[in-house]
Amino acid sequence: MTRDAILVSIRDALGRGPLGAEARDLVSEHIRRHARNLVPDRGNVDADTKVALFSRQIQETHATLEYVATTDDVPGAITRYLSGKNLPAKVVLAPALAKLPWNEQPLLETKVGATRGEDAVAVTGAFAAIAETGTLLLTSGAESPQTLHLLPEHHVVVVRRDQVVGSMEDCWDRLRAQGPLPRTAMFVSGPSSTADIELTHYLGAHGPRRLHVIVVDR
Amino acid sequence: MIPTSRQFKENAGRALKDTELQKALFRVDKNFTERRARAVKNLPEFESLRDQGVAIKNHVLDHLDHYLEVFAENVERAGGQVHWCSTAEDARRMVLDLCRSVNARSVTKGKTMIGEEISLNPYLAAQGIEPVETDLGEYIIQLADEPPSHIIGPAIHKTKEQVSDLFLEHHRRYGKTKRLTEGEELVGEAREILRPRYLAADVGITGANFLIAETGSSVIVTNEGNGDLTQTLPKMHIVLASLEKIVPTLEDAATLIRLLARSATGQQMSVYTTVSTGPRRPGDPDGPGQYHVVLLDNGRSKLLGSAFRDILRCIRCGACFNHCPVYASVGGHAYGWVYSGPMGSVLTPAIVGIAEAHHLPNASTFCGRCQDVCPMRIPLPSMMRHWREEAFAQDACTWRERMAIRGWAWLARRPRSYRQVARLVASYLAWRGRPTGRIADLAFARGWTATRDLPAPAGRTFLDLWRERGRT
Amino acid sequence: MSAPRVALFVTCLVDLFRPAVGFASVRLLEAAGCSVEVPIGQTCCGQPGYNAGAREDARGVARATIDVLHGFDYVVIPSGSCAGMIRAHYPSLLADDPRYAAKAQELALRTWELTSFLIEVRGFVAPPGPARTVAYHDSCSGLRELGVREQPRRLLKAAGTAIREPENRDACCGFGGAFSVKYDEISGEIARKKCSALAATEAPLVVGGDLGCLLHLAGRFQREGRKISCRHVAEVLAGIDGPAIGEAGS
Repeated sequence: MTRDAILVSIRDALGRGPLGAEARDLVSEHIRRHARNLVPDRGNVDADTKVALFSRQIQETHATLEYVATTDDVPGAITRYLSGKNLPAKVVLAPALAKLPWNEQPLLETKVGATRGEDAVAVTGAFAAIAETGTLLLTSGAESPQTLHLLPEHHVVVVRRDQVVGSMEDCWDRLRAQGPLPRTAMFVSGPSSTADIELTHYLGAHGPRRLHVIVVDR
Repeated sequence: MIPTSRQFKENAGRALKDTELQKALFRVDKNFTERRARAVKNLPEFESLRDQGVAIKNHVLDHLDHYLEVFAENVERAGGQVHWCSTAEDARRMVLDLCRSVNARSVTKGKTMIGEEISLNPYLAAQGIEPVETDLGEYIIQLADEPPSHIIGPAIHKTKEQVSDLFLEHHRRYGKTKRLTEGEELVGEAREILRPRYLAADVGITGANFLIAETGSSVIVTNEGNGDLTQTLPKMHIVLASLEKIVPTLEDAATLIRLLARSATGQQMSVYTTVSTGPRRPGDPDGPGQYHVVLLDNGRSKLLGSAFRDILRCIRCGACFNHCPVYASVGGHAYGWVYSGPMGSVLTPAIVGIAEAHHLPNASTFCGRCQDVCPMRIPLPSMMRHWREEAFAQDACTWRERMAIRGWAWLARRPRSYRQVARLVASYLAWRGRPTGRIADLAFARGWTATRDLPAPAGRTFLDLWRERGRT
Repeated sequence: MSAPRVALFVTCLVDLFRPAVGFASVRLLEAAGCSVEVPIGQTCCGQPGYNAGAREDARGVARATIDVLHGFDYVVIPSGSCAGMIRAHYPSLLADDPRYAAKAQELALRTWELTSFLIEVRGFVAPPGPARTVAYHDSCSGLRELGVREQPRRLLKAAGTAIREPENRDACCGFGGAFSVKYDEISGEIARKKCSALAATEAPLVVGGDLGCLLHLAGRFQREGRKISCRHVAEVLAGIDGPAIGEAGS
């Protein structure tokens, strides 16, 4: 079997046979403990500073950002975003956000669920946001279809303040607490971009051209 | 692809005369070095992170068999499959079998260097399966029918005008007849044309920047999001990766991710860093129904026990390319195979053989900047020197070179003869240099005088002058 | 405190092409309170063979060099490249040689590049010289194998010399020993870039610590018809003002 041939070849190169039980346990312990390596100090700040740091840095990656007071304010913010961009009043929502008071925006047409690219604007939640680098963590699942994170031209992400963490390591802790990993855990720092033509930066390569973040205070 | 590394000198000569290429290379040299320097300066912990990154990779290499087994178990636990392949041929065959199992007509591809290494595209195309590259750079070179010239910027050698021409030529069949001149428009047209291809593809193939043993996940890093669309929309996701991509835990991956984008493009994080684990879950509204990892050895397990082991720490950031004076002069295609730049000069001989690739490790000034900027602190110059030793031992250098070295070594151990020869050479060169003090053409040193004058010596050697003055 | 006995290893290029660098080094070392000797059996450090992959030949030359340089307090070399060879590479090159492994290590510890020796070991302050402006070129091996960057600059500044830094100053000049001949077109192209960066500083004189780079740069400047001179840092510090590298009467 190829698998065994490769393993034997590796062991030959390392000059040893298969790891003994004791050695295996030692190495497995590395995974069981999944200890943190050095985590940069930058994200190690109080909650308010984390939010400020996240906000500043994600805007440096060409995303836009606004604050609203409560989740109930999100539908209004979406309506303003669409009219500000001269977009049709129509969005596709992640199921996680379906319960917001969308009916308070009578002119806004909403649908809920995955997309095949027919939708111009998606509104989704996030699993977490990282202060250290200005990054969103978007996970796939029944409540948050991955296609919404990728196919629409505009992606609006709603993040609660308490979802802003210091580092990627903090995200791993929160993910592990949830159970097995989702199919995808996607860290997003800005709208889709490319520099493949003459190293010039262009937005909107294949994913969203615009990324807008709404930070909810409460 | 069939290597042309033997023709490195001819390839390089052509590259040096290619004015469009030279313009493109000038941009690489300038942009990437400055961006990296800024990113490194902005992270005080960068050097310590490098040390930890090295330690993580060394630990993995010491226990590679174990971590691969753990990885495979966890892929299966998450509902995916791992396919172990010894050779490029095995891997191509495996990908084909997987594609056929879902009657695939077209596959989309995220950027994968392993795909290049095993020449996957022509193979699939010959079997009636259309491969569609989706990374903009890969897409451009697929249209141009060229190999990548840089591991993170495959089309870095193309000018905007060349891309305009390629798009005009190849997008006619989609009804596009206008020659676009703005970068924005070119990016937009590629987006418009590739979007339906993503949606129509039966299989999506990506590479992997990391494989995580703890969770059985693959990680891809992109700015465009093309890899994510590739691995999300089709019914099957195939990950092509080589053995050494393994890291033990998510925490270990985080450390390497901090090094990767900064070293590559000078970003803190690339736009998309995605951890994928298994196929779509029950209840998921989207995502691929199947998840396969094609795990390729292709000589790497042998490298593990060789003097070239450290190259297996490489995370393919491209920093060594961006800081290499030779790469900056000739670009990637001159190297004649998939990998170029300093890391290619070490890895290519290991895969295609030193007889084919002997020029690559020799064509280095040993300036050491590659090792300086390598996030994994890979001793690239000493490994190139080691390849030179192999080449010398295997007679891969010319007879003239060998005689020159042997003659030098003989003289250098015989000070009296050495001084006599030095005396003759010094006075001959001084004579040749009169009256200007320099020599514009020297028959036995055309290699020197082809591109610069040879400053002539004064005529007496230092040792002779010193002895004359009675100070020995 | 008695004057340390210093062996000057001039390097094969200085011996052949630029004796002035050897005499300048002696003058500086003596001014820094050293007793200088020039072991007459010295030839080459072994780098050409080592970098060509001729490891056995390089080992033979290294052993001979170790014998010649035996018994001094210090060995000083006006070259980052050759000093780097002895300091950074001899120990590993001879690690499995039972007779020379220890000697190689011991020599590595005693060996210094000239400007670092003057600054770090002797705390030397160069005497004031004429006010002038130069562009400095760091050799890669000095810079990256030995950490020589500030030492020559401090010496030059103390001597009243203003230093201009070319753009992308850490970039290689394209010399690379045998590389310069074997891959002459590439070497020439790298030199072209380095020369234009150096010329852009508008300094009339380029100074460096390695004769290999300087011969290469001077030859390139001359080929391009640029009126820019090149000198070794030792010459400038010692106030030796003969013709510059590759200029008539040199």
